[in-house]
Amino acid sequence: MAYFTQQLINAITLGAIYGLIAIGYTMVYGIIGMINFAHGEVFMIGAFISLIGFIICGSLGISSAPIAIVLVLLLAMCFSAVYGWAIERTAYRPLRGSFRLAPLISAIGVSIALQNYVQLAQGARPKPGGQVVSGGFNLFSADGFDVRVTWLQIIIVLVTVVLMAGFTWVIAKTSLGRQQRACEQDMKMAALLGVNVDRTISLTFVLGAALAAVAGMLFLMYYGVIDFFIGFLAGIKAFTAAVLGGIGSLPGAMLGGLLIGLIEVFWAGYFSSEYKDVAAFAILVLVLIFRPSGLLGKPEIEKV
Amino acid sequence: MGPRLALMLKDAGLTAFVAAALGIFIVGFRTVDLGGGKGLGFDYHLVDLAVAVVVIFIGRLGLSMAANGLRWPAIVLGVAMIVAGASPMKLPSGFLHWFVALGGVLLVIRAIWPWANDAIGAVSRTPSGVALGKAGSKWFGWLLLAAAVLMPFSPFADQKTMDLGVLILTYVMLGWGLNIVVGLAGLLDLGYVAFYAVGAYAYALLSTQYGLGFWTVLPLAGMMAALFGIMLGFPVLRLRGDYLAIVTLGFGEIIRLVLLNWFDLTNGPAGIGSIPGPTLFGAVFAETPPPGKQTVSEMLGIAFNGNHRLIFLYYIILGLALITNLFTQRMRRLPVGRAWEALREDETACQALGINPTNTKLTAFAIGAMFAGFAGSFFAAKQRFISPESFVFIESAIILAIVVLGGMGSQIGVVLAAVLLIGLPEWFRDLGNYRMLAFGLAMVLIMVFKPRGLVSHREPSIRLHPAGSGGGG
Repeated sequence: MAYFTQQLINAITLGAIYGLIAIGYTMVYGIIGMINFAHGEVFMIGAFISLIGFIICGSLGISSAPIAIVLVLLLAMCFSAVYGWAIERTAYRPLRGSFRLAPLISAIGVSIALQNYVQLAQGARPKPGGQVVSGGFNLFSADGFDVRVTWLQIIIVLVTVVLMAGFTWVIAKTSLGRQQRACEQDMKMAALLGVNVDRTISLTFVLGAALAAVAGMLFLMYYGVIDFFIGFLAGIKAFTAAVLGGIGSLPGAMLGGLLIGLIEVFWAGYFSSEYKDVAAFAILVLVLIFRPSGLLGKPEIEKV
Repeated sequence: MGPRLALMLKDAGLTAFVAAALGIFIVGFRTVDLGGGKGLGFDYHLVDLAVAVVVIFIGRLGLSMAANGLRWPAIVLGVAMIVAGASPMKLPSGFLHWFVALGGVLLVIRAIWPWANDAIGAVSRTPSGVALGKAGSKWFGWLLLAAAVLMPFSPFADQKTMDLGVLILTYVMLGWGLNIVVGLAGLLDLGYVAFYAVGAYAYALLSTQYGLGFWTVLPLAGMMAALFGIMLGFPVLRLRGDYLAIVTLGFGEIIRLVLLNWFDLTNGPAGIGSIPGPTLFGAVFAETPPPGKQTVSEMLGIAFNGNHRLIFLYYIILGLALITNLFTQRMRRLPVGRAWEALREDETACQALGINPTNTKLTAFAIGAMFAGFAGSFFAAKQRFISPESFVFIESAIILAIVVLGGMGSQIGVVLAAVLLIGLPEWFRDLGNYRMLAFGLAMVLIMVFKPRGLVSHREPSIRLHPAGSGGGG
């Protein structure tokens, strides 16, 4: 029981990170119907900017963890958002209206280029850092096993919940959210009614990148080490989460993230940690085969 | 002139600003290990960044000048960049010299592009130009083939060139195989390397465990890969394009992870070694014969030369690649080949005409997989050592890039793209990771500027009316 609870706590933490990345996939897919294959790379860049931010904070003598976290959070969000914007502007926008697979191939190119760019600029070695929060408390003990919640896990879940709430509010209540939903339903009609479609799509990428950067920061703080390749696996898993929850649906992305976190952690905890990535990929394949619309998504109707 | 220049300056300034924002942390602050448990520190590259930003500003200005018809100023800027890059002036890193010079070259090309385009257009419209173009497209493939067949006998066929030739031909074959799936049937397969891996491991295991020879295993490996293709394709082929892409990517990764973790069968990350090479009528390529075997030099009565093995491998892969090509050409004339192309164009219409999309896609998928299996067992026989390292996602991406760059569905395009993407970088091996960076950027640029690939013209597989009679194909 204690072991189970501990795994559950770990799974929720991991799921929160996946959920944040998954939102970027789901929003972009919802609005322009493409898989932003480079999104995992934005997450990786967010993690790197956070790493650099934490080192800068350290050298500036900012020793208070909450201030450092807030500063780094803002830094990573802003500068990763520029990446999101620039990727859309240069690699995807010129391809709107091209053949259907063109944006995906372009996205793969962006992903390869960004990975190698970071590898060249920052080196291939894993980088340790970002461990500014330590400690925690014992929830309870049973069967000679302490169930432990770290402060960091609480911060991760809290940050995620706050961001999700804020984000849901943006989509539901603000004019940007209305424009986004309008573009999602019918881009041409939205344009006719005076919605600036280009700007809305750009902002979607900016928001998605900012959330991915938060996920990158949390990932860095949680694992304490990153390298230039983390975006690939995390990206695929987050995409799986988005598909599992129903691509295009925000609560679905969060739910999918949680489920993927649960599957991964419990698989590693009870079966074998070597095959935990296989489990994630297998889930992706199974969901796409048996329920392509996901848990909370609407079935897609193909029009001639 | 005035307001236009101001707009261009503003645009260039904005681009430079964005570039600075993108680069400031990732490029400007390089994290380095301080050693002694002191964690990470910085190696500052802010001057590099500043130079790069200035170059981007000038480059962007030049590009928008060229786009607005101000060709001469753009050419002047480009030449200035080339001179600056090639000059002995001290820039913070060697990379920046290349960056500046290559940026200048691109700018000059962009500026004279319209002229060159007009000139080529004018020449190709003259009668002799038209005739030359026709003869060229008819004979170009045969010329390439002749060059490929005669290559080992040419004076510059040293070991490095032959190795490169084998490598390029392997990718040509893989490209042709994937072309069936992506180019003809229009199914985006991001896990193609999985079938390559199946073929490679099939040969490696069957030869090292059961002592089967290359020529026995080759068809088996192809069949095995095709079987995997069917097993994998059957459930997923009703998904739409980009979902299919991700599922195939997932399958590719699953196969790699299984190869990595199934120690009893595959020996995990350590891989399988001492795989026997292919034999020529039972004779092996070696200086001294293994017990009970004969060497090729003994059989033919010639002196042993290490290059013979390489030449033999070269002809095997050339033959395999040509079979792939011939097979594809023939398939395109059969009903199923026609159905592939029809399906690529409009799935709904095909269904209405009574084509079973799942079965049709499945044949394309399985045949594509089969050729990857052949190529895989050739790869294992050539390398004599395989490990899961050789079958990562990036390989799938490279093969896909070859097909896409070549112009999906074009056979000759695949050859050109393979030479360009595999041959050129292999000559510039020293570039290291810059190679892959350029590779990724090239993929984006091709999609943006030439989404139909190098050879965008595709000969229709059937014309309802003779060419030129107005009906067209």
